[in-house]
Amino acid sequence: MLLIFLKRVLAAIPVLIIVASLTFFLVRLAPGGPFDSDRAVSDEVLINLQEAYNLNAPLSEQYFDYMSGVIVGDFGPSFRYPGRGVSEMIFTGLPVTLELALYSILIAVLVGIFSGVLAALKRNTMLDFIPMAIAMIGICVPTFLMGPLLVLIFGINLEVLPVSGWGNLPGDKLLPSITLGFAYAAYIARLSRGGMLEILGQDFIRTARAKGLSERVVVTKHAMQGGLIPVVSFLGPAVAGLLAGSFVVETIFQIPGLGRFYVEAAFNRDYTMILGTTIFFSSMIVFFNLLSDMAVMFLNPRARD
Amino acid sequence: MNKTSFSLLFLLVFLTSCGNNVSPVDSGLENQIFHFGNGSEPQGLDPHIVTGVPEHHILIALCEGLTSSNPKGGAALPGMAESWSISDDGKTYTFNINKDARWSNGDKVTADDFVWSWNRVLTPSLGSQYTDMLYYVEGAKDFYDGNIDDFSQVGVKAINDNTLEVVLNNPTPFFLGLLSHYSTWPVHKDTVLKHGTIDDRNGQWTRPGNFVCNGPMQLKSWELNNKIVVEKNPFYWDAQTVKLNEIHFYPVTNIMTEDRMFRAGQLHSTYTVPAQKCPVYIEEENPNLSITPYMGTYFYRTNTLNPVLKDAKVRKALAYSINREQIVKKVSQCGQLPAFSFTPPGANGYEPETEIPYDLDLARELLAEAGFPNGEGFPVLEILFNTSEDHRKIALAVQQMWQSALGINVELVNMDWKVYLSRESSGDFQISRAGWIGDYEDPNTFLDLMMPDRGNNKTGWANLEYAELVNKANQTLDQDERYALFRQAEKILIDELPIIPIYTYVRPIQLSPDVKGWDSNYLDHHHPKYIYLERD
Repeated sequence: MLLIFLKRVLAAIPVLIIVASLTFFLVRLAPGGPFDSDRAVSDEVLINLQEAYNLNAPLSEQYFDYMSGVIVGDFGPSFRYPGRGVSEMIFTGLPVTLELALYSILIAVLVGIFSGVLAALKRNTMLDFIPMAIAMIGICVPTFLMGPLLVLIFGINLEVLPVSGWGNLPGDKLLPSITLGFAYAAYIARLSRGGMLEILGQDFIRTARAKGLSERVVVTKHAMQGGLIPVVSFLGPAVAGLLAGSFVVETIFQIPGLGRFYVEAAFNRDYTMILGTTIFFSSMIVFFNLLSDMAVMFLNPRARD
Repeated sequence: MNKTSFSLLFLLVFLTSCGNNVSPVDSGLENQIFHFGNGSEPQGLDPHIVTGVPEHHILIALCEGLTSSNPKGGAALPGMAESWSISDDGKTYTFNINKDARWSNGDKVTADDFVWSWNRVLTPSLGSQYTDMLYYVEGAKDFYDGNIDDFSQVGVKAINDNTLEVVLNNPTPFFLGLLSHYSTWPVHKDTVLKHGTIDDRNGQWTRPGNFVCNGPMQLKSWELNNKIVVEKNPFYWDAQTVKLNEIHFYPVTNIMTEDRMFRAGQLHSTYTVPAQKCPVYIEEENPNLSITPYMGTYFYRTNTLNPVLKDAKVRKALAYSINREQIVKKVSQCGQLPAFSFTPPGANGYEPETEIPYDLDLARELLAEAGFPNGEGFPVLEILFNTSEDHRKIALAVQQMWQSALGINVELVNMDWKVYLSRESSGDFQISRAGWIGDYEDPNTFLDLMMPDRGNNKTGWANLEYAELVNKANQTLDQDERYALFRQAEKILIDELPIIPIYTYVRPIQLSPDVKGWDSNYLDHHHPKYIYLERD
């Protein structure tokens, strides 16, 4: 296991270098620069600005300067926000995004597995149809609709929860977590139902039942271990997706997370910020995929080969 | 975890979180805390580096220049300078610095602070984007361009601690108005130098705890992308006028979120109103809707270097076939005014005398004269705009008007903001959407834009007679004479139409009726020292 882990970590390094290099050159190919604005600055001001960020140097020099900075963990200054370093901004937004992801994934896992397993056990009854119908809605309704809808009901009509913010007002973390978690809960519900149905039909479950084990033990001890493997493999990319894809929810609920920096950096042509966040999110995706693969290997001996 | 315990836990979290029912707006009213929707996260708080409106909203609370904006518009009011005199030739300004003026750390504000600050703005390696604001000062441009190294040769001098003398290249009648722009405001020398050098863009002096400035409020906290809190500055020279204890600025980029925040009592004022909601609010006579005049023009640039558009007749035909009344009534729908001049009428008493008729026959005639009877042979015309539903709607209306009136083929091209900007400045467009907001209340802030060598002209239009008139106006001291020259220049502009004005902006926001002292003015500058909260 440890060897596989180390191998995978080593394999991730070239991936990240390629991602960083491609991004470095692609952002510079995109039309428009960081200092274009509707109030065009004069040429002499532009030259001075570019000088301040070493943008007048040959591209290869800029590239090596940047990459040697990245190796020691320095992502450079933000072009859009003078006085802020990219690393500083990532680490300001990260805890918020992580917290949001944590609550969302908790909601997703608890609600998703519970309703998925229940639906599998009570197959073709109302307890199967209703949660699965809701899950279908959860998959189909995008967060940018779900969020405002929840806000309208709980924030504006019932006036029980704040409509936006993160840690500013009591209860303001609830709606964003539910909005983001619900979409994933829906997937998890369907995955766990499918996984459980497959396992519940297998011989070893029949054997367990024949031994006279209680249904609770059969389900929790024997069926769930195998039945939830699809969910576990889904969780890795899901967490990575939650981190990188929380942009919509962060915007709807005015949450100071990392997702907003990521998307706004691209619009602003904030080169260093685009690179910094891309490298960071790539590492996250690689890391969480690795983590979920390791968990699957742990649960399923066949995957270890 | 079984179903019951999960539901219980959920309910518990839900209920504990709903204990507090007093909205921020109500508690703000009690404590004089103003909750302010501020559009987007400011680039920073260094007045010499940042550009933009959200930045201005915060800086006007934190810092102050020699003069301060008049809340009712018009002539500037005393700021750091309690009085000033202007020499007979209009070129030398002598400012008497208020002896009570203090920085937020208690230090005295001196004339030297201004000399050092302007030196900083004009230091090329700082990369300030508003250096042209100071180019009116003698020697300023030469210093920036490196033609002179010694800043003492620039026309700004501290005669003593309380007297600042500024010598200009030309009599510049709007100079006092320029001084209400934050790029001319002073910064605290010792603080800046403690956290960096004079030309350090990334100095840490603007952080809470470090920040020192001279405005009615001081920086209390700054949570990136969450909120900025400023509190009353006890050292402010006019502190007794300031009634607010705190202002909380929220960088809400999503305008629908901002609308919901206002409706849920989280904001006293919003940055804007979603375009689709504006007509609804107008119709239901929403008492929170505030629409005030704004010194800005929405217009289309034409590329006068284009083989077809270089003919003024074609440009006129295009301009005369736009029904502006229809656009503001049916498309923009938020109280905008049809524009028949480039300079918004009424800017500091200036009334342009231009007309742009809506005359389809005349338009068709002009197009025929240009060699395209009934639009025959006219190449496909592209309207370039940055991706936005609002711009698309206007472009669709104009497309429809041109196609049906002139028989020409019009295509819409929308681009990401930066791509749009780069195409516009490289001249890679035919017609492009644009907007311009005045920096100071004077027609020059608009008419200067269309001078031949200006980077923001972007149309390729260069008219020497026009340039001469604008230059002459800016050397004329008499206001009436000066405005007459501007009117002549504007006539040339509207006769040639390198730009096609569409409407004059307004500033639609949602504003709680509890906010008092919020006067409307053309530049939309709201000095926090006059604002307070009181139950309506």
